[in-house]
Amino acid sequence: MGGKMYLWLQTHCLAMNDSLSIQEPEKGFQDRIDREIRIEPRDWMPDAYRRMLIRQISQHAHSEIVGMLPEGNWITRAPSLRRKVTLIAKVQDEAGHGLYLYAAAETLGISRDEMIDQLHTGKAKYSSIFNYPTLTWADIGVIGWLVDGAAIMNQVPLCRSSYGPYSRAMVRICKEESFHQRQGFEILLTLSRGSAAQKRMCQDAINRWWWPSIMMFGPSDDASPHTGQSMRWKIKRFTNDELRQRFVNVCAEQVKILGMTLPDPDLVWNEQTGQYDFGPIDWEEFRNVINGNGPCNRERMAARVRAHEEGAWVREAATAHELRLQNKRISSVKENSEKS
Amino acid sequence: MNPENELSSNNPSPRAGSWPLWEVFIRSRQGLDHKHAGSLHAADARMAIENARDVYTRRMEGVSIWVVESRHLHASDPDEAGALYDPANDKIYRHPTFYVLPDELKNM
Repeated sequence: MGGKMYLWLQTHCLAMNDSLSIQEPEKGFQDRIDREIRIEPRDWMPDAYRRMLIRQISQHAHSEIVGMLPEGNWITRAPSLRRKVTLIAKVQDEAGHGLYLYAAAETLGISRDEMIDQLHTGKAKYSSIFNYPTLTWADIGVIGWLVDGAAIMNQVPLCRSSYGPYSRAMVRICKEESFHQRQGFEILLTLSRGSAAQKRMCQDAINRWWWPSIMMFGPSDDASPHTGQSMRWKIKRFTNDELRQRFVNVCAEQVKILGMTLPDPDLVWNEQTGQYDFGPIDWEEFRNVINGNGPCNRERMAARVRAHEEGAWVREAATAHELRLQNKRISSVKENSEKS
Repeated sequence: MNPENELSSNNPSPRAGSWPLWEVFIRSRQGLDHKHAGSLHAADARMAIENARDVYTRRMEGVSIWVVESRHLHASDPDEAGALYDPANDKIYRHPTFYVLPDELKNM
């Protein structure tokens, strides 16, 4: 009888649990997601969906903002005026991308101040790639080709993300990123056709940035706790490993045009899978950099905090100026009404 | 708070930021409507327009910008969408295809 009783309990209690855990609004929500109807800011959404989006979008925004630092480093030393104007335009774009994304995150009920706070206190992460130094001019080329290339691979599917403001921001960003990648490849192409020293510089930059670039797709699928739910909610459309594989396939071909190589002895075309096989990723390094111990983590954060603090008087002055104008308007209205 | 940022009751309330939020509308070329492009923070209207120029029109996306402080926008409630828009669904006679006319009839 024990077995029977257990079975009864199991079926009935599970049924009860089911109806309790999947409340009506959640069901309706998932149904809309499944029918590819975008979720907009004032629609009902599960708290976990909101939290997941805030985490992802704000970290994405932080990455754009911190990402200005390694490139800004080379603006004054760009080798020609042409390179200088394009680099300035690119860095300005990154600031814009950060702003689109902060605005998208704000629609979920978190304030800009809170997000900046989370970045500066280390509570929120940003892409680990920006904790590597830009040692030579070739690094600027590689960032455009590999880092922005990886970002595009990641971001194109996000244009169809289930959350309306996020997908709209991503559409705008993707349009602009393509110039970034092309300007980067052009820099490398020039170096790859230059002197022996320039060629060495090009290969050296590729060697240093390749592995960190493919780490940008995040932990492998079996170590990525959020992927399943994120895919069910259609925030993400492909897994980290799927996107990483695509990126490797693309770059393994593109590098041939430069006459350079990718620093992976295991990189080889696999007839069976129709993909490139590649060597193991050093996840220990990835975790280290994420946890604040990359080559430039402290420097990047110090630069962000300093910029924020040094800009405080500008923000205060602008607010004070607006208040003064408001007071003037109020007193002139009063004067006019007294006259009449 | 604006239509994008105005939150329904089950959401946490945002902490007040230092500069107010503005909604940006851009006319992409003469003859077209202004269309919502996004939002940004600014101390006053002039700064909002200047920031909108930098953030939303770096690639000839616009010839005219409107900004309005987000708190001045009012939006319909998504929970009332049914009551508001359903009545339109059963009035197909408002569409030209509702009327059955012979194929020989031209220029109509």
